[in-house]
Amino acid sequence: MIGVVHALGTLAAVREVVPARAQMATTLGFHIILACFGIAFPTIVLIAEYLGLKRSDEVAMTLARRWSQALGVLVAVGAVTGTVLSFEMGLLWPGLMRKYGAVIGFPFSVEGIFFFLEAIFTGIYLYGWRRLSGWAHFWSGIPVALSGILGAISVMAANSWMNTPGGFTMRAGRIVAVEPLAVFFSRSAVYEMPHMILAAYMVAGFLVASVYAVGLLRGRRDRYHRLGFAIPFVLAAALTPFQIFVGDTAARAVATDQPVKFAAMEYVAHTSRGVPEYLGGVYSGGRVYFGIEIPDLDSLLVGFSPHAKVTGWDSVAPVDRPPAPTLIHLSFDVMVGLAFVLLLAGLWALLAWRRRRALPASRWFWRLAVACGPAALVAMECGWIVTEVGRQPWVVYRLLTTAQAATTNRGVIASLSAVIVLYAVLGVATVLILRWLARRWKEGEEGEAAVPYGPPSRPPGPVAGERA
Amino acid sequence: MAEVLGAILLAVLTLYAVLAGADFGGGLWDLLAGGEQRGRAPRRLIDETITPVWEANHVWLIFALVIFWTGFPTAFAAVMTAAALPLWLAALGIVLRGAGFAFRKEVQGGRAEQPLGAVFAISSLLTPFFMGTVVGAVAAGRIALGARHTTLSVWTNPTSLLVGGLFVAVCAYLAAVYLIGEAIAREDQPHARYFSRRAAGAGTLAGALSLAALAELRHSDHALFHQLTGRALALVLLAGACGLGVLALLALARTRGLRALGRARGLRALAALGVAAVIWGWGVAQKPALLPRTGLTLADGAAPHGTLVALVGVFIAAVLLVGPSLMLLFWLHGRRLLDGGGADRGTHR
Repeated sequence: MIGVVHALGTLAAVREVVPARAQMATTLGFHIILACFGIAFPTIVLIAEYLGLKRSDEVAMTLARRWSQALGVLVAVGAVTGTVLSFEMGLLWPGLMRKYGAVIGFPFSVEGIFFFLEAIFTGIYLYGWRRLSGWAHFWSGIPVALSGILGAISVMAANSWMNTPGGFTMRAGRIVAVEPLAVFFSRSAVYEMPHMILAAYMVAGFLVASVYAVGLLRGRRDRYHRLGFAIPFVLAAALTPFQIFVGDTAARAVATDQPVKFAAMEYVAHTSRGVPEYLGGVYSGGRVYFGIEIPDLDSLLVGFSPHAKVTGWDSVAPVDRPPAPTLIHLSFDVMVGLAFVLLLAGLWALLAWRRRRALPASRWFWRLAVACGPAALVAMECGWIVTEVGRQPWVVYRLLTTAQAATTNRGVIASLSAVIVLYAVLGVATVLILRWLARRWKEGEEGEAAVPYGPPSRPPGPVAGERA
Repeated sequence: MAEVLGAILLAVLTLYAVLAGADFGGGLWDLLAGGEQRGRAPRRLIDETITPVWEANHVWLIFALVIFWTGFPTAFAAVMTAAALPLWLAALGIVLRGAGFAFRKEVQGGRAEQPLGAVFAISSLLTPFFMGTVVGAVAAGRIALGARHTTLSVWTNPTSLLVGGLFVAVCAYLAAVYLIGEAIAREDQPHARYFSRRAAGAGTLAGALSLAALAELRHSDHALFHQLTGRALALVLLAGACGLGVLALLALARTRGLRALGRARGLRALAALGVAAVIWGWGVAQKPALLPRTGLTLADGAAPHGTLVALVGVFIAAVLLVGPSLMLLFWLHGRRLLDGGGADRGTHR
């Protein structure tokens, strides 16, 4: 009887797991963009304010003030979309929380502290511009930047634990003992934490820089635009080589910690030596189509020897393999490829600086710089696809399947549809608000400061060319 | 240890209710402030009061959720499954309220200001009401431990609906009381009077709904009623006394002028204490049950010892780190050093 009930339950869960995964992917994929800004943008704003205060640089100060206003919008949207994720942990994945809530909850509780500090000091920093003195205001922003990083570390601790679970004792299907520190610093934490924090800085930095690169391409080559480009771009570009190093280390560690995920990333069907590396390519029916095959390279990258053994997905039963190896592999390749494009952009700027003490003059550089923001964003999202889809069918690696974790409630398709519509509107509205801000700043420069709570002195002009 | 954590969870919920509840109540008064001309001044006061603090106040909810799922995972999974629909709607309210509020602030004077304001104001109703129905469902023992599906009767029973209505009234009441203080601090007599009338109205409504809920429980849930009028009687009486005290002070202010309230600090504390007494009255009456009528007690439903110790540690760290920071935020806000309004915020020093 119990067996039948269990089997029926699993069947019901399987039906809901696909929309539940789609909803989690949508809400997480959306929130992570705002999280990147929450983690890294305060540092960028603070660098501008520091320059402004230290050198009495009015241009840097203006940038800092305007950026902090944009930060306010992004932090608010990030706070509410982050809350949705907290609800979804229970609403979509009650099976995960019932079984492992006592374990995975600990890193989230630590994150709670840092989210708190971030929200409190964001309130002080954003609204303290007018009445707090210069350096006092600057220092009120430091906890925002720090708690952003520490909060990210905590959330990544939870995600790392799902990939390399440990730090608890189970008896008869129940958790009986938990070691919080071992949960927080699971095996994959060492590489997942820096990988995400660096990604956040690259996404926020390159995206903000992109906005000013558009302005520069359109001929607004004043100091405001150059500085607005240089601060975030230099920060993001300087971190890119470190990110490539961390990513390379992480990939090798995944080959050990989650060999089946790694097999999907690199199309390793059979455990073997002298495994080739595929650049691109579509996997179908046991063959790779349209890919560039480099013999032995995968073995070389994993074990530093062309004869190194790499575990294939044939090491586990077909039901335990991640779905869609093509999606995982191509996402991985796109992420790595874009990282090198970003590295190239940074090197180009560095070379120009060493030669002429100036930013590159070539229009091609500025076109590349405009593309860097979206490129960093796409790379980051691809990385999440690799790690999340690559972990399937497990939610807690090799311990709990996603289907077992999913809600038994029907109608997830309804909340999924609602979320898609709501988040589309939210995304468009956020972009429109940021553009509205940019337009108003520009009007402000032309001596038409907005009147608080009054009608605008003239209807807003056309949008074209008024981004930065 | 499980009871300690239960108390911590209740404390966090209390802070969420008395701090963030007022922010939701502000949205309600924004909704009821009338047409564009008539409502402009009260809306501005509400907006400036909420702006720098709502995100920090909101984090208490995240904290409560995290403590709930880490400390009492089985009960959390049961609540999230059995009461999924009202919880989805509460989450929807949170998204629309936060985004609507933040966006409206940035488009002041634009065409989008009014629709965004409407989104903010209407969604401020959603979250307290549906959260209230879920709390009502837990208190009334409507959450089944092995629930696999959500059903309407979980949260559309009389207790849940009354508690949902009570939450809305309490939010409005707290907001109005706090806004009296804000208006007095700005020497804005008309709005101090404006919000005292509303505080009295919302307070009376909240009191009436509490009594109605109590009467309904006597009928439907004798066990809980018995505890509320037994073990938790002192807290129930304290809640009533605080509510009557606030109403008396407001009546005094009407006859003798607003000076009778001073800076309205006592009034605020009394209102918050009254609401806290209601929440703790529920906790004390329900103890040791975690989910009433399922037989699940706090001790049975608690996570392993290591997790509980870690959570208490996190809570202590939070009190030490977050407490002073929050004091600083409220102190700066109280001294009006944080600019809550003004479309040109940040562009002129």
